[in-house]
Amino acid sequence: MSKKQNKKLLTPEILKQALSGSVKKLDPRYMIKNPVMFVVEIGFCITLLLTIVPELFGEVDSDLRTYNLIVSVILLLTVLFANFAESVAEGRGKAQAASLKKTQKDTEAHLLDQDGNETIVSSSELKKGDIVMVVAGEVIPGDGEVIEGIASVDESAITGESAPVVRESGGDFCSVTGGTTVVSDWLKIRITSDIGNSFLDRMIALVEGASRKKTPNEIALSTLLVSLTIIFLIVIVTLYPIGMYCGVQLPLSTLIALMVCLIPTTIGGLLSAIGIAGMDRVTRFNVIAMSGKAVEACGDVDTMILDKTGTITFGNRLAADFLPVESASRSDLIRCAALTSLRDETPEGKSTLELARRMGEKCEELPGSSFMEFTAQTRMSGVDLPDGTKVRKGASDAIERYVMSLGGKIPADLHSHVEKVSSLGGTPLVVCQNNQILGVIYLKDTVKPGMAERFERLRAIGIKTIMCTGDNPLTAATIAKEAGVDGFIAECRPEDKINVIKKEQAEGKIVAMTGDGTNDAPALAQANVGLAMNSGTTAAKEAANMVDLDSDPTKILEVVEIGKQLLITRGSLTTFSIANDIAKYFAIIPAMFMAAVPQLSILNIMNLSTQNSAILSALIFNAIIIPCLIPLAMKGVKYRPMSSGKMLARNMMIYGLGGIIVPFIGIKIIDMMIAPILTAMGV
Amino acid sequence: MLQLILTLIIYLILVIPVGRYLYKIAAGKHTFADPVFDRVDGVIYKLGGVEPDKGMNWKQYALALVGSNAVMIAIGYLILRIQGIPFFNPNGIEGMEATLAFNTIISFMTNTNLQHYSGESGLSYLSQMTVIIFMMFVSAASGYAACVAFIRGLAGRVTDNVGNFFADLVRITTRVLLPFSLVGGLLLVWQGVPQNFSENVVVKTLEGTYQILGMGPVAALEIIKHLGTNGGGFFGANSTTPMENPTILSNLIELYSMMLLPGACVITFGKMVEDGRRQHQKNNASGNTLPAEQEGIIARIFGKEGKSIFLTMGILFLAGLSLCYWAELQGNPLLADIGLNQSAGSMEGKEVRFGIAQSAMFTTVTTSFTTGTVNNMHDTLTPLGGMVPLLHMMLNCVFGGKGVGLMNMILYAILAVFICGLMVGRTPEYLGKKIDGREMKLTALGIIIHPLLILAFSALAVATAAGQAGITNPGFHGLSQVLYEYASSAANNGSGFEGLADNTYFWNITTGIVMFLGRYLPIVIQLAIAGSLIKKTYVNESAGTLRTSTVNFAVILVFVVYIFAALTFFPALALGPIAEHLTIWG
Repeated sequence: MSKKQNKKLLTPEILKQALSGSVKKLDPRYMIKNPVMFVVEIGFCITLLLTIVPELFGEVDSDLRTYNLIVSVILLLTVLFANFAESVAEGRGKAQAASLKKTQKDTEAHLLDQDGNETIVSSSELKKGDIVMVVAGEVIPGDGEVIEGIASVDESAITGESAPVVRESGGDFCSVTGGTTVVSDWLKIRITSDIGNSFLDRMIALVEGASRKKTPNEIALSTLLVSLTIIFLIVIVTLYPIGMYCGVQLPLSTLIALMVCLIPTTIGGLLSAIGIAGMDRVTRFNVIAMSGKAVEACGDVDTMILDKTGTITFGNRLAADFLPVESASRSDLIRCAALTSLRDETPEGKSTLELARRMGEKCEELPGSSFMEFTAQTRMSGVDLPDGTKVRKGASDAIERYVMSLGGKIPADLHSHVEKVSSLGGTPLVVCQNNQILGVIYLKDTVKPGMAERFERLRAIGIKTIMCTGDNPLTAATIAKEAGVDGFIAECRPEDKINVIKKEQAEGKIVAMTGDGTNDAPALAQANVGLAMNSGTTAAKEAANMVDLDSDPTKILEVVEIGKQLLITRGSLTTFSIANDIAKYFAIIPAMFMAAVPQLSILNIMNLSTQNSAILSALIFNAIIIPCLIPLAMKGVKYRPMSSGKMLARNMMIYGLGGIIVPFIGIKIIDMMIAPILTAMGV
Repeated sequence: MLQLILTLIIYLILVIPVGRYLYKIAAGKHTFADPVFDRVDGVIYKLGGVEPDKGMNWKQYALALVGSNAVMIAIGYLILRIQGIPFFNPNGIEGMEATLAFNTIISFMTNTNLQHYSGESGLSYLSQMTVIIFMMFVSAASGYAACVAFIRGLAGRVTDNVGNFFADLVRITTRVLLPFSLVGGLLLVWQGVPQNFSENVVVKTLEGTYQILGMGPVAALEIIKHLGTNGGGFFGANSTTPMENPTILSNLIELYSMMLLPGACVITFGKMVEDGRRQHQKNNASGNTLPAEQEGIIARIFGKEGKSIFLTMGILFLAGLSLCYWAELQGNPLLADIGLNQSAGSMEGKEVRFGIAQSAMFTTVTTSFTTGTVNNMHDTLTPLGGMVPLLHMMLNCVFGGKGVGLMNMILYAILAVFICGLMVGRTPEYLGKKIDGREMKLTALGIIIHPLLILAFSALAVATAAGQAGITNPGFHGLSQVLYEYASSAANNGSGFEGLADNTYFWNITTGIVMFLGRYLPIVIQLAIAGSLIKKTYVNESAGTLRTSTVNFAVILVFVVYIFAALTFFPALALGPIAEHLTIWG
């Protein structure tokens, strides 16, 4: 599976791209999008000028040239490091996109015109609305909708899932994705998007960062960083005359150095990298987010609406027993149950047949039988035998209505059987022959292992889970209890889902849900976070803001954690960046004023060797911390579910207190290393 | 030490009933005194054409506040200019010079009360009453009204109504300021503060020389001066003189009257926010809400959110008070060197009847609560002792005056929430409302204004000849004087680091501008934040939500205030008071 690839932070290829990218991004037109680093770049230009012409802004000591040069080199490095961080994040995203793109190979397509004549064209020439024919062994040339035929399709190229899936016209299984292969039969497909603008193309563009927009939270955080930058600009600009008044003439390069140290360059340099990496982490998980905003919203989720089947339970409800009513014999029940399941390809049907055979029932198909498939409207399936006997199995209320409509009676003990099965967490399927109810098939539903623990974890971080199921309330309650969800909606129809979402949202909650069918689409659109399955319909995928390529609904749990981790990383690095200022002040302020006010040397608590080495050490620390934190920005800070109070205390300890202490140590070490070099250079 | 602790304990006891009362006034709840006040207010509403039930959105509210203040500035300016007429003017005071009148009227309308004149020689009794005392009521009431509107915005349910400015102004004046002043004023008269219209009295002292004793309606001004956190003295020497502050009891009355209402604002805030939340939960009684937490007694008195804000302010206040008290107790080593005993601490510029403890207390309170009244000369505080009032004006959120301090603290709370909220993995929210780009922009603006005004104008003053002309002390202390003057103006505090020769065109005009901008820009911005938050729907509160009612959050908030506000001023402070301290102790 593709999520196993690229676990390494840096491949030589990404490194190469990132190095050239970090230089290209020096373009001021690009830099201005990141105001904090733009200020650093301006600072670099000024110090560079001062290196060439030290007396540009008035008379100064002549030995300032080397010092100015060192300052400008460090400033340039600071900007390059920040650009490098962003380039690495983009590079990793591109690598991810490239592996997705491999599925977009150019293929031949059999284009059908209105008269049904076939012409062979290249897949890149296909337009929206074209109709193509794909037969077994061929690659589907583009995203589309099956309009005729039924076939099994190998979607492993996209999902990594090796078992082929069935695609057919109409219903929830009509959508096909370009790049997947038909393995049996044939499909007539209407292409639903122009090539280059297919679903996957748009996704890839997002992953590549080509159409990346700042998320609302990023904008708000940028505002904070810009305002901090302005505040420190004010501090620095006013410090010059105030210093003059106290008899200290501060070199311009020193003022710029102090300013660059104080403005939040660490988070300013890493902010966009954190955002890109967050999206990338989701992609690595084989989930594609339509926008960074969607990933961000995940962190805020209060309520998760989960389908029972497939998400919480395996969904393959397997027949476990036959329970005949008093008025019918067990063998009749088994025979009829088997008859209805002969052509039933669902796991329920197959397992019923299997169980019946194991119990000694032969059950041959009688020639001339006509089978009814299960539909959401009738909620039953069955067979009309050649002798006119109608055998049905289905939901208990549907069968009851059916039997009553034929003038039959409901056996007195039916309900006790149904309820018994339900209370055991199973699903009862009632079997009838004409107007006579024979009994109940006990279908057992199994909760996936580990779900209860996961819901417990979600509860710890304040997320409520609601299970949606078409089952009756009793069945639903049993499964809900076993899985440990906080609430459930039984006998749930698609519109019920929307209503629950709306109700939760009215209480100010952020709702996440998963879905795949066309009738899930409105709910997916209504939910704040909608995760559609790639196996689902195009309508569902368009309505959702995330698509899971593996079509594994349980992933929503991980995606929420990734969203939280993204926000935590952003907050922690901001805190770290701001907390760093304390140490930098203690390095630079005494160094700036010691000449005029020797007593201020008492503030030099790090005991840095000289004024210049103190200022340069702080500046170097400020630059080096950016590449040091790139791995953290890429991987995200460690996330463990716990209450908000505990998490805040923990992260404050690490990034707040750490942010205060680390630079004291770092600056001291750098000072010890560079002081002799500076002395040798005569600075 | 003991007397400081006792003073603070009594304060904590007194602030509770006052807070409850203020909350009832702000929330429009029934109080015991309604039968009287409803009638009084009714008459005023009728006379002024005010429709008290007609709500305003934030823009209308801000416009009403700034507009009515502008009209009063115009009228007040006129009175100051023509005060020379022989009407309530027994001492024959002349009309005021233009830039001084400009400075004075802005100073009093903005609740700053920076005085570039001396009351006994600069103002007639007419001006003292119709301009000074009048403005002391109205400017304080304007500030509290803005604060109440701000709280309504934070606690509000989804409407676009932050209340009616004129109704708030009237209710706060008649139900809070006037009755409290009446009681407090009479207590001061009992302690010996004059309240008359006589001309100044000349007496022959025991030494045989003559002394002029200032007279006038002193007690009336004195009480509202503190109650409204105004701070402008009737006399130049302010509350150091026995005519304004004769005894230790009058000192305590003045101390408590500045501390009570700002503290009560926090209680009002806590309780109103609590009400808003309860209302919200009642509307959503779907059974999904969290079980009610065990509320401690403190949370019940202050409201849960009020508790953490009060705690934050308390920690900042105590830190400042301790430093000031400790620094003053150390005395002055330079005086010790020439043989003056410093065992009582640094008594230079302090009144013997108050001593070190009550002086340090008064100094910290007057700057934290942005009153600006003084019972000792701040210029003569030790460098570190003098840094405390300077720093607290720079923070401008340690209780603060007339509700504005609370609003500033909420800005820092929004900042803290923004950072902490991310650290628990959610986009930030405060008091159940999401903090988005717009609020962040406004908050950032609100926070930038203060350092910009102080630092830019200080830089201007030390860089120009006109500014330097006012500085009377050399070196670091001179810089402290300048910083103090602008910090005091920007924070609308009004206390002076006396000694600055400030009645010049330069100082009158620049401080006038700083006071004006320092007052109205933040208020308008804060009302805009309230107006933006009030329209937002409540977000759900769960175990994953950042709790802002905890001690942890209070501690974080203290750090945020120190890092954002104090670090900004660190270089300037290092060159001013810190350098001075290191020099004299070095």
